[in-house]
Amino acid sequence: MSVVELTNVTKVYQTGEVSVKALKGVSLQLEKQSFVSFIGPSGSGKSTLLNLIGVLDKPTEGTIRVNGTDVNTFDRAAAAAFRGKTIGFVFQNFNLIPVLTVYENVEYPLLMLDRLPSKERRDRVLRLLEKVGMTDQKEKYPNQISGGQKQRVAVARALVTNPQIVLADEPTANLDHVTAFKVINIMHEMTNELGTTFIFSTHDQKIVGEADVIYTLEDGAIVNTEHRKAG
Amino acid sequence: MRNVIVIALRNLFRNKRRTFLTSSLIAFGVILVVVFGGLAISFKSQMVGVLTNTAMGDLQIHGKGYVESIDNLPLNLTLSGAELAKVETLLKDMPDIAAYSPRIKFGAMISNYAQTSNVRLSAVYPEMENHTVPELVKRIKGHITHPDTFVRPGEILVPENLMKGLSLHTGDEIVLVATNKEGSVNATTLRIAAVTENVFGPSGKDGYIHMQDALALLRMDRPEIVEIAIHLQRFDKLSAVSSQLKKEAAASQPPFEVHTWEQLSPFASIARIVDLLIIVVKFILISIVLVSILNIMTMSVYERISEIGTIAAIGTPPRRILSLFLVEGFAMGLLSTVAGIVIGIGILWVMNVTKIEFTFGQMNVSLAPSIPAGELVWIAIIVMLVSLFAGFQPAYKASRMEPVNALGHV
Repeated sequence: MSVVELTNVTKVYQTGEVSVKALKGVSLQLEKQSFVSFIGPSGSGKSTLLNLIGVLDKPTEGTIRVNGTDVNTFDRAAAAAFRGKTIGFVFQNFNLIPVLTVYENVEYPLLMLDRLPSKERRDRVLRLLEKVGMTDQKEKYPNQISGGQKQRVAVARALVTNPQIVLADEPTANLDHVTAFKVINIMHEMTNELGTTFIFSTHDQKIVGEADVIYTLEDGAIVNTEHRKAG
Repeated sequence: MRNVIVIALRNLFRNKRRTFLTSSLIAFGVILVVVFGGLAISFKSQMVGVLTNTAMGDLQIHGKGYVESIDNLPLNLTLSGAELAKVETLLKDMPDIAAYSPRIKFGAMISNYAQTSNVRLSAVYPEMENHTVPELVKRIKGHITHPDTFVRPGEILVPENLMKGLSLHTGDEIVLVATNKEGSVNATTLRIAAVTENVFGPSGKDGYIHMQDALALLRMDRPEIVEIAIHLQRFDKLSAVSSQLKKEAAASQPPFEVHTWEQLSPFASIARIVDLLIIVVKFILISIVLVSILNIMTMSVYERISEIGTIAAIGTPPRRILSLFLVEGFAMGLLSTVAGIVIGIGILWVMNVTKIEFTFGQMNVSLAPSIPAGELVWIAIIVMLVSLFAGFQPAYKASRMEPVNALGHV
């Protein structure tokens, strides 16, 4: 069953009288529990595609179904609620909230979204921090930990609401190779362990090799699809 | 909501110096209102207290048309006989009235046998007068055996300015010459028992004689009362009692007039100016809070666009983002208000301990500034509401940001 289904999706950005076609009739289906990568040069439409799948933006044309729901019809509040329940995000710049500790950053989506009992909330946060190897750093603030550690915290935050999908836009761009692999491996492990679909974009050819499915984009269109593992 | 408050407070203290400076400015505004309000309210209540408790009473009753020609001190617009008895019965039956004092007010010539001058006189029953204007005796310089007999038959209390002008001394004999309402002139000899300090406002420079002497001087068979001063149990009942008395006055035959101290004293204008100044200071406070909160929250939103994008992206509803920023602005207003009120009360306390004394007119005034709890609550409510109002625009802007644009903001 497809967890993400795009049909003829086009996205046009209008800046004054200039319009830029970022995506040109993209259609694709992503299976559940897959580890998917979008690659392509800068400006090829990777981020736009992730934004559309993440219900952060709306297509100019075409339909997008995420987890079986047509997300084009959502208003702002409905889109936010859907993202909170269904999608987790990992950002290139980590985007941790500086006034919150590592523990609190991971807990934040649960506080904002769910009404979980505090014990369950705590257990879930600690379990994820353990999985990403950040338990001993949980009381530290983002400015007290390294980039790789920040991204591990961001992965834990993305997973804490048990989302169906985690979207990561260039998650390793600000990390060295060793750290980047560690982060990707953690994401991969989570895919297998939690049954989450991980979708990330990257420039890094070595990192791309870790993906089950690789989509190559150029000028807003998918020019190549490579299935590396069954899934 | 608890989580929103915790996060908002932490955000507030992200930039400690900026928060401190802005809070200080708001707190300064609150201190200004508390201290100025405390001083102004204290000054006003002291002045009103002097007026009402030493001379005027809280309310006054006159015969119809008297106040219009009050400068001439007419003796033909009086209450006497059955109508006076009716008014007195009415006053005795009203539980909010603590005391009343019938007066005959008239102008006379005062002579020390060598020089003559004019004097305004109040003829009173000293016991009733003392209960109606209990602070009057404090204005009297000279030996008084008992406050209820501050002036006895055969005695006169002379205003300070006349004592100096006519070179009079306590114990001296003077002659009073007065014209009664029929136009006949009569004179009497009285001994100066004491001196009355000058107080601003009507009756502030009156001399006092006993009612019995006035009846003889003015050749009245029975008291023809010009004015009844009234002292209330509680000053805050002024408006209610005044309304009730005015209703009775309108229905009375012949009708009488009821006036509050405000309607009779020029100090009421000063009191209104004091009230206006308090309002102006409150407006300054509102402006300070409005500009400060608007400024800091706008800066806060612009600095955190990317962060707003993050929290929106992970599913925080727009309403919660709105409340997050609103709570930040509100919390700053609250903390500043608490600090301002505490410091303001502290300053008032120091002023109370050190005693502020000054001369107003010819009176020595010792201020004991204090501010009513209700006024503090109002100040707090004003600051809170303005904080919310000022924080709303930036908060709304934050909540309306498109996450995709906010995330891309550098």
